[in-house]
Amino acid sequence: MLIDFFLHLKAKKLPVSTREFLTLLEALKEHVAENSIDDFYFLARTCLVKDETHYDKFDQAFGEYFKGVTQIPGLEADIPEEWLKMMMKKHLTPEEKAKLEKLGWDKLMEEFKKRLAEQKERHSGGSKWIGTGGSSPFGHGGYHPEGIRIGGESAGNRTAIKVWENREYRNLDDTVELGTRNIKIALRRLRRFAREGAEDELDLDGTIAGTARNAGWLDIKMRPERHNKVKVLLFLDIGGSMDDHIKVCEELFSAAKSEFKHLEYFYFHNCIYDYVWKDNRRRHGERFPLWDVMHKYGEDYKVVVVGDATMSPYEILQPGGSVEYSNEEAGAVWLQRMLDTWPRAVWLNPEPERLWDYRHSIELIRSIFNSRMFPLTLAGLERAMRELNK
Amino acid sequence: MRFEGTDTYVATPDLMLAVNAAITLQRPLLIKGEPGTGKTMLAEEVAGALGVPLLQWHIKSTTKAQQGLYEYDAVSRLRDSQLGDEKVKDISNYIVKGVLWQAFEQGKPSVILIDEVDKADIEFPNDLLRELDRMEFHVYETRETVRAVVRPIVIITSNNEKELPDAFLRRCFFHYIKFPDKDTMGRIVDVHFPNLKKDLLREAMEVFFELREVPGMKKKPSTSELIDWLKLLVAEDIPPEALRSKDRKTVVPPLAGALLKNEQDVHLFERLVFMAKHNR
Repeated sequence: MLIDFFLHLKAKKLPVSTREFLTLLEALKEHVAENSIDDFYFLARTCLVKDETHYDKFDQAFGEYFKGVTQIPGLEADIPEEWLKMMMKKHLTPEEKAKLEKLGWDKLMEEFKKRLAEQKERHSGGSKWIGTGGSSPFGHGGYHPEGIRIGGESAGNRTAIKVWENREYRNLDDTVELGTRNIKIALRRLRRFAREGAEDELDLDGTIAGTARNAGWLDIKMRPERHNKVKVLLFLDIGGSMDDHIKVCEELFSAAKSEFKHLEYFYFHNCIYDYVWKDNRRRHGERFPLWDVMHKYGEDYKVVVVGDATMSPYEILQPGGSVEYSNEEAGAVWLQRMLDTWPRAVWLNPEPERLWDYRHSIELIRSIFNSRMFPLTLAGLERAMRELNK
Repeated sequence: MRFEGTDTYVATPDLMLAVNAAITLQRPLLIKGEPGTGKTMLAEEVAGALGVPLLQWHIKSTTKAQQGLYEYDAVSRLRDSQLGDEKVKDISNYIVKGVLWQAFEQGKPSVILIDEVDKADIEFPNDLLRELDRMEFHVYETRETVRAVVRPIVIITSNNEKELPDAFLRRCFFHYIKFPDKDTMGRIVDVHFPNLKKDLLREAMEVFFELREVPGMKKKPSTSELIDWLKLLVAEDIPPEALRSKDRKTVVPPLAGALLKNEQDVHLFERLVFMAKHNR
């Protein structure tokens, strides 16, 4: 029972486990949910989905699987009359409606139920009762999906199907949204607590242990306070094709600035060469040679490069390829040098991941970075932070 | 035992189902949601509705899982030993019971609230796995095992500051409290202010939902802020007309400070109002 449903969720890449599935079955056995699809939807969600970012995925998968099912499979069928009436009306031509008046509802209801039963035999691949793409007038394929919808007006707009069909939780899907607060939380993965500096905190456990060892004479132990000691270097691509991504970069930048105490940032254009700069208005006057930066910030710094890596391949591969000046060494050489200095580095790319394969320059930088390029979405950011923490 | 919402708390059907699933199957219930949607309140209301005691455990960044079970008060034992107190001979005098222990030995159902579990260290939930699963733990100092006589109902809230470990999540039911729609919000306000004038409420709700729609807001006003604001409106006896100016967009609503908690949001909002005024 419901095993197909479970496997369907798995196939849709929802992180569901057997244990949670058993919990769901147990809850059904205990009659936590009444015999309605709404309750079942809520119960399944509360048992199987443990993160609101997966709600949307779940809604889609659930909708796909239970399209046209009015009851929980495995439990006895009891088709609500309301629904049938709604359904009938939607599929009837005016002539049929007139006929219907003569026949009366009951007769037609019978007919409908018969058809539904027939169709179950013909189309059901397991527990789906009304196949999609059936030839019956009550099927789904070829018809407007609204026609088969359970609920409709009579059920009001508080039924579950509205939830999963409207996909109310779309915004919570972590491949989409990226707000400052979310970024901050993602960046917190990088925290590294350590005790360093002046000893100004009483170490209670140490004191007790020390005192016990002293046979009762107080032996006060002090220790330094815990700090977040992660150090981050941020390189931001600015101008040109990055103009499309200003908002998301701003958000990342503001979140990073408040999250890390040791944060240094530099700007570059398209690819990193001899110079970077800190102030875009004075970028030509006040430049920092990359050599100096590499010498100043040690290898304990973690490097995050933000850029779309979209440029002509020459800008990476050829000396003199820069669009701004004639560089003596190719961008690839500089990038490699950076990676040698700071082994913990990632590249965050605001371009959607599906486009990466089509741009030669992205491929190049990705291979230089050893595939440590991540999309600038919440999920990507989390993957990147995990990579940096390895 | 079933939870059906209370006079002072409006629970949506999905929330009720989640709570009842947790009660029936005796598993912890993890609650997430926007700040101010009544996550902590839920535990109080469940305890109230079922008529069982509520034990609260508020988590801070320094909280250790052990503190929920018991603590060994070494400092007072040390002091007593220096003073030659007789008590010192028995270690069990210095075991301070934590929230879980208290609940386990109740002998009747109770509700445990573990509030803001995400504030604690990343290992915190993992350290509680067995305790919440089996509802038992071992006290090393006295070599005894404490076991729950009746399994308590455990409600855990999280503000999403940290991701919780999978092993922990798998053992819980999960519910995300969505921001209430207009109907639900109406019922929530009804519960708090049964005698509120209908027109004042209507105007206030419109202002509130419009304010939530303002783009670029850093912290959108939440349910608890709406309730506070209504409280102020009622206390100050502000007439509904004051909220309904000819064009609502051109006036800052009275006592807006109760709704907007962020300086930047207030500025943003005032700027929008200013622009709206001058565009006409």
